Amino acid sequence: MRELRKTQVAIIGGGPAGLTTATSLAGVADVLLLEREAELGGIPRHSNHWGYGWRDLRTVLTGPAYARRLAGKAAESGAHLLTSAMVTGWDERRLEVTTPTGLLTVEADAIVLATGARERPRAARRIPGDRPAGVYTTGELQNQVHLFGHRIGQRAVVVGSELVSWSAVLTLRHAGVKTVLMTSARPAAETYAAVALAGRVAFGVPVATHTTVTRVIGKGRVEGVEVLDHSTGQTRVVACDTVIFTADWIPDHELAAQLGLPLQPGSLAPLVDAALRTELPGVFAAGNLLHPVDTADNAALDGRQVAASVRGWLADQAAPAAGVRVEPTGPLLWVAPGLVRPGTPQPVRGRLVGWVSEYRRFPTVVARQDGKQIGSVRTPWPAAPGRIFRIPNAVLAEVNPAGSPVQLSLAG
Amino acid sequence: MNSVTSAPTPEPFDVVVIGAGVVGSAVARQLSGYRLRVGLVDARPDVGDVTSKANTAILHTGFDAKPGSLESRLVHDGYRLLGDYAAQVGIPVERTGALLVAWNSEQFEALPGLAAKAQANGYAETFQIDADEVYQREPRLGPGALGGLVVPGESIICPWTTTLAYATEAKARGAVLLLGRRVTGIEVGAELTTLATEAGPISTRWVVNAAGLGSDHLDQAFGYQRFTVTPRRGELFVFDKLTRPMVSEILLPVPSAKGKGVLISPTIYGNVMLGPTAEDLTDRTDTSTSAGGFAELLAKGATIMPELLAQEVTASYAGLRAATEHSDYVVDVDPAQRYLCLGGIRSTGLTSSMALAVHAAELLAGAGLELAEIPEAEMLAPPRMAWIGQVGTRPFADADKIAADPAYGEIVCFCERVTRGEIRDALASPIPPIDRGGLGRRTRATNGRCQGFFCGARVDELLNGGKADA
Repeated sequence: MRELRKTQVAIIGGGPAGLTTATSLAGVADVLLLEREAELGGIPRHSNHWGYGWRDLRTVLTGPAYARRLAGKAAESGAHLLTSAMVTGWDERRLEVTTPTGLLTVEADAIVLATGARERPRAARRIPGDRPAGVYTTGELQNQVHLFGHRIGQRAVVVGSELVSWSAVLTLRHAGVKTVLMTSARPAAETYAAVALAGRVAFGVPVATHTTVTRVIGKGRVEGVEVLDHSTGQTRVVACDTVIFTADWIPDHELAAQLGLPLQPGSLAPLVDAALRTELPGVFAAGNLLHPVDTADNAALDGRQVAASVRGWLADQAAPAAGVRVEPTGPLLWVAPGLVRPGTPQPVRGRLVGWVSEYRRFPTVVARQDGKQIGSVRTPWPAAPGRIFRIPNAVLAEVNPAGSPVQLSLAG
Repeated sequence: MNSVTSAPTPEPFDVVVIGAGVVGSAVARQLSGYRLRVGLVDARPDVGDVTSKANTAILHTGFDAKPGSLESRLVHDGYRLLGDYAAQVGIPVERTGALLVAWNSEQFEALPGLAAKAQANGYAETFQIDADEVYQREPRLGPGALGGLVVPGESIICPWTTTLAYATEAKARGAVLLLGRRVTGIEVGAELTTLATEAGPISTRWVVNAAGLGSDHLDQAFGYQRFTVTPRRGELFVFDKLTRPMVSEILLPVPSAKGKGVLISPTIYGNVMLGPTAEDLTDRTDTSTSAGGFAELLAKGATIMPELLAQEVTASYAGLRAATEHSDYVVDVDPAQRYLCLGGIRSTGLTSSMALAVHAAELLAGAGLELAEIPEAEMLAPPRMAWIGQVGTRPFADADKIAADPAYGEIVCFCERVTRGEIRDALASPIPPIDRGGLGRRTRATNGRCQGFFCGARVDELLNGGKADA
C-alpha cells in the first residue's frame, strides 16, 4: 500500500539550499520538499552562533533564527513541505519515501538534490585505538548540546583548526567543557591565521600545529588521545574525556551515487554545470552537496540559481548539451561547478568555488585546455585550507565547449 | 539500566553456563528445553559482548577444517542446524558462496588438496575455476589471480542476532540470565558447586564452562592444566554500503600455515569487510585497533581489491579469538566435579554453536545429568527476532507495519534506516540493550556511515528514556 504523489518539482533536503529552492519555485510550479528530520532548517538549527544570512537575506542572524526564517518563508510560499520524510530509493524520477503516515511514491518532472554534507567521523579517518564513548563530530556535538541539552564531558581535544573547529570550541564552552588542545595537521604558517589567532586569544585554546591524533585511548570512556608531532616525530598522550573530530567534509551523496551520477573525485560531490544541472536530465543539485562546505547563505544562493534552471527545464524539458570537465590540479582539491556547458548562466556570484590543500597568499588561477593556457586570474584574496576559495568565472571565459577537459591550477 | 543484578536466582540451579557468548547462549537454550533450572552467567552487562560480537560473521560449511576433528564434525552439523534455526527465528543469512583466490603458483597448486579436504569434511560441492572465470565472477579483484576454488555453501550471517536469539529463547524457556556477574571463584562441593561472584554466590549442581577468553582460567579453577588461551587479535575495516556491489561473494585467501589470512566479505548489513589480521596478544581485554594492523589490512587489501581501498570506511574494530595451543576444541566432561569444559572455541564457534549445544547436552547426560525433555505441547514457539539484514524487508519499507504503527515510519538513524519503532521494541525486549553498542547490535542504529552525526543525540535520548543525560 503505497500512496502515489505527483508533483512538478521534488526537492530532497530541507536545509538552506532546499528551502530557498522551494521558496523560489513555489509561485511558478507545484513543489514538494522532503526533509528526513522532524524539523526544517538543516545544520543551522544546531549551529547556535551568529553570522547567518548575510548574502541571501541581507541580515545577520543566529543559525537557529536563520533556519526558522528560511522555513517560514518556504511555508508562506505555498510549497508543500513534508518533514520526517526520507527518500530511501529512487528510479529515474520516481522516489520511494518513508514517512510515519505511510510509504509514498513521488513522481516528479524535476528533482533537486539538496542533501548537504557532513563531517567524516573518526572511523572514516582511519584513526586506530580503543572505541570508547565520548568521541563526536562537530555535527553530533552541536546536536547533543544545542538541540538535546545533553552533558558532554569536562576536557576535550578538538581535532582540526578550521572554521567549524572553532565553532566546536564555542559549543564546548557553552556546554562547560574545557578545550585542552586543538590539533592541526598543517604547519603554523598555513593555518587560517585570523581565525586561529582570534580563537587563541578569545578562548585561550592551545593549538598544536603540524600534529595529528594517532590513537584514541579509553576502555569505557575516552581517557586520552595520542598526538604525533610531525616536526619532531614524537608522540605524547593528552588526557581528555572527549574528542571532537571536526571538518573533513563529505557530501551526503548516497542518492546521487545510487542514481549513478558521476561524482567529482576530490569532493565526491555530484558533477554539475553552472546551471546546477547534473548529468541526468531533470535532476539538479544545490547547496553543500556540491561544495562541502560553504557557508549557509552561499548554499541558499544556490537555491535561487537552481530554481531558475528548473523553471527552464519545466518549460522545454530539453536535455542539456555535452559539457567539458574542469579538472583541478596541484593544491586545488576540487572545484565546483565542475562542468562547463555552452549556454549556461554565470555561476552563483560569478565565481567557481574550490578547496585547497596549501595556503597561497595571492594566487593566480590558471586554466589550460588542449595544451595551452586559456585564462588566468589573480585573486585579491588568499587560498587557504579549510575554507572555500572563490575563483572568478572569467578564468573559464575562453573554454572551448568542444575541446578536452580544462585543467585548473594555482600559480604564485 | 536493566536488571543486571536484580534478577531472582532460584537456587540451586541444576546447571549454570558461564559465558553468555554465542556458545554459552546456545548451550543455555538447549538445556532449557529440558526440565532443568538453568542459569546463564556473564561478567559483561550484555550477551555476546566480548568475542561473539566481533566475529567475521561467516556461516561456514567447514570445508577447510581438520578432517576427523571435533571442530570439523560440529561445524558441519552446526552449519545445517543454525541455517535451519536462522530461517525459523529470523536471523539474517545470505547464501553468498565463497571464492578462494590463488595469487601464486604455490596457492594454485594447493587448490586440489583443499577440494579433497572439503570432501573429507563431508562437503563435496567445491569446484575449481581458472583465472578468466575468477575475473568473470569478481571483476574488481586485483590483477594476478591464477585461479580459484568455489565453495558455494559458505554464507554470511548476523552473529549479533544469533547470540541474542539463543539467549532470548533460553530466557523465555525459564533460564535465568545473570549479567554483569563476573565469576571470581569456584568451590566444588559434594552435591553443589558454589560460584563466587561480585554480586553474591550462585549455587548449582553442574557447571558448563563457555567462558571464551577466560575458559582456561575457569578450567584451572577446577584443577586442570590442559590449555592456555592466547588472545588472537583480528582487526577489520568495514567499508561504506556503496561498496557492496563491488563484491558478490566471500573472497577467501588460500589458507597457509599462518592461518586463514585476510579476506574480503560482504556483510549481512550490506557493507564490505576487509580483515581480519591475526596477532597473538597477552592482554585479554585489548580490543583496540592499531596503526600496524591498519597498515597490514591496507597492504593486503591493495593486492586483493585495490579499488576498495579508495572507498570510505564506515567502521573499524578488533576482535579477540580464544586461540589455544591445541588445533581442536577442548571439550571434555568431568562427572566427578559435575563440570563440562567447552574451551578454545575459536571463530568457527558461531557456526558450530548449535551442534556444540547438542553435543554438550549428550556429554552431560552421559555424565549423569538427567535430561527430561519438555513435551512439544508445553514448549513455547521460538522467538521472532528483529530483522536487521540488508536483504529482506526492514520496517522502514514495510507499508503494513507502518500503517499499523507510525513509529515504524519514523526513521531515526538515517544511514541505517532504523525507525523509532525498532528502537522502542529493542528497549522493551526481554534482553534490552544498555548502551549504544548494544542498541546497534539489535537495530543497527548509529552503526552507519555518519557514526551518529545526525542521530547520535536522539538515540542517546531514546536510550536514556528521554532524560537529558548523554
